[in-house]
Amino acid sequence: MKWIGRIIMVLYALLVAAPLYFVMTSSFKTSQAFFANPLSWPNPWTIQNFVSIFDAQPMWQYFWNSARVTLSTVALDLFLGSLIAYAIIRLGGRMGRYTFVYFVAGLIIPSQVSMLPLYSLVRQLGWSDNLGALILVTAAGLLPLTVFTLTGFMEMLSKEMMEAGSIDGASEWKIYWRLILPLSGPSLAATAAFLFVMVWNDLLIPMLLINSTDKLTLPLALMQFRGEYVTDYTLLLTGVVITAVPMVILFIFLQRFFVTGMTAGSVKG
Amino acid sequence: MNRKTLWFFMLPGLLLYTGLFIYPALSGLFYSFTNWDGVSTSYDFVGISNYKDSFDSIVFRKAFFNNVKFMLTVVIIQTIVSLILALILAKNTRTRVFLRALYFFPAILSSVSVGLIWSFIYDPSLGLLNTALTSGGLEQFTASWTGDANIALYAIAFVQIWAHAGQMMIVFIAGLHAIPEELMEAARIDGATRFQIFRKVTWPLLAPSATIVVSYTTIQSFKAFDLIFVMTDGGPNYATEILTTYIYHLAFSNYSFGLASAGSMIFLVLLGLLTMAQFKALRRGGANG
Repeated sequence: MKWIGRIIMVLYALLVAAPLYFVMTSSFKTSQAFFANPLSWPNPWTIQNFVSIFDAQPMWQYFWNSARVTLSTVALDLFLGSLIAYAIIRLGGRMGRYTFVYFVAGLIIPSQVSMLPLYSLVRQLGWSDNLGALILVTAAGLLPLTVFTLTGFMEMLSKEMMEAGSIDGASEWKIYWRLILPLSGPSLAATAAFLFVMVWNDLLIPMLLINSTDKLTLPLALMQFRGEYVTDYTLLLTGVVITAVPMVILFIFLQRFFVTGMTAGSVKG
Repeated sequence: MNRKTLWFFMLPGLLLYTGLFIYPALSGLFYSFTNWDGVSTSYDFVGISNYKDSFDSIVFRKAFFNNVKFMLTVVIIQTIVSLILALILAKNTRTRVFLRALYFFPAILSSVSVGLIWSFIYDPSLGLLNTALTSGGLEQFTASWTGDANIALYAIAFVQIWAHAGQMMIVFIAGLHAIPEELMEAARIDGATRFQIFRKVTWPLLAPSATIVVSYTTIQSFKAFDLIFVMTDGGPNYATEILTTYIYHLAFSNYSFGLASAGSMIFLVLLGLLTMAQFKALRRGGANG
């Protein structure tokens, strides 16, 4: 029994690691070495793929687009979402419950359903091909999940604490900003990690709203590279590596928040 | 408590969510009764003919059944795999904690990246999988993994599981850690075998986690889009066309916006039914646990 477990452990580790090893090593190989043996250890190691892709493509621009969109969307959702969660809990009663339900109703509507009318609405508003519009639309779509998770977390903070704050004569803003937000740190971080992954990796909404080359986010850029680098596998895989780097770094340092956030998100989403 | 201030707190989020999410979702219902092409300024009302045409369409039906096949495959296999992994990795040893992170890792990659990586692996002539099979003397098992209409959908289901089984494993591990150690200990002292302990102690107490995993995976796989869009785009010959790609193609390749909107609404109803079943199951699972 024990060794069956061990064998599964190793086999599954190989199943996960082999494709990752393949991508990592390929990005440091010459094309010839890649075609000679896609699984070999790079010999010699070369950073030529990274140099070429940054030369041939406005990679920094794509990176910056993705970073801007992700950071703004996550910040906007955390701010608006935590305000709403706070208000829902403070209002309580029927009004609080109705508001909560109104937001959470959005959880069952995926962007695959709202994509067509969103596309036409954005066109009608003249917001096509605009990163600001992409931020607003993405933030609106993820607000239900944010409100749901944050309300759940904040409910665990004691209500008496909020009451005490308001008896002391502190304004709602002060209670929210000075008391509740600092106490919600870990839950905000977990929600942020979850949102980061969703926004950074999103394909559908950027694909609907963005079309000019200088505004592409990284997943869109990857889709474009696929058409351009039909045979340049190493370059394409280098693009994959570059896209993953920020998430990998965040994952290594903030693993706890990623795991709790993405698990909570899956339990609720 | 200052109610006015509290409403003021909610206002920006309420406006954003209503304007850019609820309103467009509702207007989809409106467009589903028109023959709009998505571009021109005028359109006519066509009643429920878009709905009729959807149900009559062979591609729609094919997409629906593909959706169901994809969902069932992913739900069954991913749940079993993540449960087994969780049982193996539940103990908090150094190796196991590391392996948990490794197994979880694919979930943080974008599905575009995952799709591209696996497209290379599946490539019929240069791909790693066929190369490995050939060099291992298993040439008869090589295949055109995403090009063969009989296996393409399952090949993509495998990738979906590869990307998310580790995430679901974490849910199971959390459930396992919530089981009091004394219960297992008591069963062991009573002379129960490992299998008996699993059946009579672990499994019933794990039911709430299992319900969460199954319902999340159900919804997640039913609304799949990215992986299929990247890897096969519905092909070959509609073998991997699912409802979401069908809607996308109707709207953006055929410019049948009205028809696609009707498809979206049917999709939403199906998703709603699944969610309702999920809530029922969750409540039952919660009551048992």
